[in-house]
Amino acid sequence: MRRKPIVIPSDSAAVTAAVVMRLYVVGGAPNSVQALANLEAICQRQLKGSYQLEVVDVLEQPLRALADGVIVTPSLIKLSPLPAAQIVGNLSDKSKVQRALGLEEKIW
Amino acid sequence: MNEIKRSAPQPLSKRATGIEGFDDLSGGGLPRSRTTLVMGGPGSGKTVFSLQVLVNAARQRDEAGIFVAFEERSHQVMANAATFDWDLPALAENKIYILDAHLSPTIVQSGEFDLSGILAILKAKKEAMNARWIVLDGIDVLLTLLRDPLLEMREIYRIRDWLADNELTAIITVKMDSQTSAVMNYGFMQFMVDCVIRFDRRLEYGVPAHRLQVTKYRGSSFASGEFPLSFGLSGIEVAPPEPPEIIHEASTERVSAGFERFDAMLGGGLFRGSSTLITGAPGTSKTTLIGKFAEAACQRGEHTLFVSFDEGADQIMRNLSSVGIDLNTHVQSGLLRMYSGRTEAHSAEEHLIKLRALIREQKPRCMVIDPLSAMAKAGGIGAARAVANRLIHMLKDSKITVVISALIEGNDPQMEATDLQISTIADTWIHLSYLVRSGERNRALTIVKSRGTWHSNQVRELVLSESGPMLTDVYSAGGEVLMGTLRWEKEAEESARQKQRQAEFEHKQRELEFAEADTQARIKALQLDLQRQQAELALYTLDGEARALSSSERENELRRIRGADLATRMEPTATSPAPCEAS
Repeated sequence: MRRKPIVIPSDSAAVTAAVVMRLYVVGGAPNSVQALANLEAICQRQLKGSYQLEVVDVLEQPLRALADGVIVTPSLIKLSPLPAAQIVGNLSDKSKVQRALGLEEKIW
Repeated sequence: MNEIKRSAPQPLSKRATGIEGFDDLSGGGLPRSRTTLVMGGPGSGKTVFSLQVLVNAARQRDEAGIFVAFEERSHQVMANAATFDWDLPALAENKIYILDAHLSPTIVQSGEFDLSGILAILKAKKEAMNARWIVLDGIDVLLTLLRDPLLEMREIYRIRDWLADNELTAIITVKMDSQTSAVMNYGFMQFMVDCVIRFDRRLEYGVPAHRLQVTKYRGSSFASGEFPLSFGLSGIEVAPPEPPEIIHEASTERVSAGFERFDAMLGGGLFRGSSTLITGAPGTSKTTLIGKFAEAACQRGEHTLFVSFDEGADQIMRNLSSVGIDLNTHVQSGLLRMYSGRTEAHSAEEHLIKLRALIREQKPRCMVIDPLSAMAKAGGIGAARAVANRLIHMLKDSKITVVISALIEGNDPQMEATDLQISTIADTWIHLSYLVRSGERNRALTIVKSRGTWHSNQVRELVLSESGPMLTDVYSAGGEVLMGTLRWEKEAEESARQKQRQAEFEHKQRELEFAEADTQARIKALQLDLQRQQAELALYTLDGEARALSSSERENELRRIRGADLATRMEPTATSPAPCEAS
């Protein structure tokens, strides 16, 4: 299975404040599928759609992954807001993902 | 007979590593398109070995390779490689790709991950470069993040399948506890891969010793022992103790061993490219003999390397000049290179590397090492033996005629075998010893063995003089060779006897000459007598004839005068004057 990079558009008004992320996956590998599902769940619940996510399939764009320093998959890179962060794994530990994405404050 | 056609089993295809010694002991290198596991403790040489394989493949066969560094950053790998003569930055442009697979400590981990991403990247890289080799260095660093042995195993099998699909000849390095020799968590990998190499680093007598052992090689024979390895300028060198095949050329050319009588004793000198061992207790003139050989080589105009241990070059030259051996001139002309090594705290391997570099530099035809036994001082006898063996084989390969000295304590001929066991591989073995008799200590030289040539079986006395070493004539008395004063006495006695014999002979000769002259004189006197007697006899005979003639003439005259005979009348004018005149 090959995926096109998917961009889930956010509300155009909230673009400036949006979280920009890039998720590197490998086709339909179980960990990759799971990571995407986990990430979408977190985003839906806590970002309420004000986020930008690009999903890159390493099988299709290996050199791009290389340039981004991706070694293992799945790998999530938070590009903005700064500081940048990288999370590896299927994102099953949600609290760790939230902390890395800087979403903790918004829980309260 | 049933004729069953079977396809002949294909021998395992191998790829040479180009690492000196390793290709010999592994029977040709690493298995092609298969995976080799390299295990070892910290600092045992795993990374150097793996990287060197890539470097050699790129430089010698123009094959590209990928180095995946899980443990170090790529610039660290480059910096570490700069100690070798690989010129890695140049190769890194298009032949060796170093992938930085070092996970930053700031990375957050959440849940399981897998290596399919990096394998996809590597596949793309491999196809772009047409790589044949891949090294996964320190993969355990990444896999331990999974914190689950089963998951780690799953990833390792993923790697194995990927490597098999991509036809890459792979090296995977993993750490091994150097104390317990247990591979951390990855014991099963030894069963999974086709070839397993163990690296070991330990201290022997306070000097680090590196070892390598092939513990598994599917479908191939291999030398299964532990082999010492050393780090040289071009990386790792492995020392197989005995090369599978010896292919030294045997020359019949003779070179002088230093001086004429010594050559004569050896049946004409040493063979070119042979190795000679001189053993002896301290002070038996090993260095002098060695120095003489070096000087003779320089005088022939051959490049020579003089290696000494624990004694400075200047001191050696000064000492040798006292016995008429001049090395200084040759050092100045560049023909002779002196090198003095310090043996404490330097292992034999390090010395070997240094000697190798010197040989490359000086390109000698003759070489001397004085004494080789010093190499065993630090680092244990086992390593030194292997090094001595390799050194001699290496010199033979380069057709260098070498004379080596080795110290032997004691004079017992049964103990003449050397610690380094080089006496078995040396072609010629000369033993120097002391003979103590009549309050004297004299040096004796024996040829214990000399392969392929006639040699004297006699013990000779070695005498040092200002004009150099020499071997004296031998006197044996009562089954022993006489030396020193005893020899001198014997010589003096012999010379006195000779003089007496000469005098006696001369006397007798004179006597005989006198007798001969006497006889000659007597012969002459007798001859004179004889001549006189003959002359007398002749005179006497003549007188008699004359007398007879005159009497017959008188008779005829009488007859004529008397006219009595007819015959005289018939020729009166011819025979007789007119009768009137005669009266």
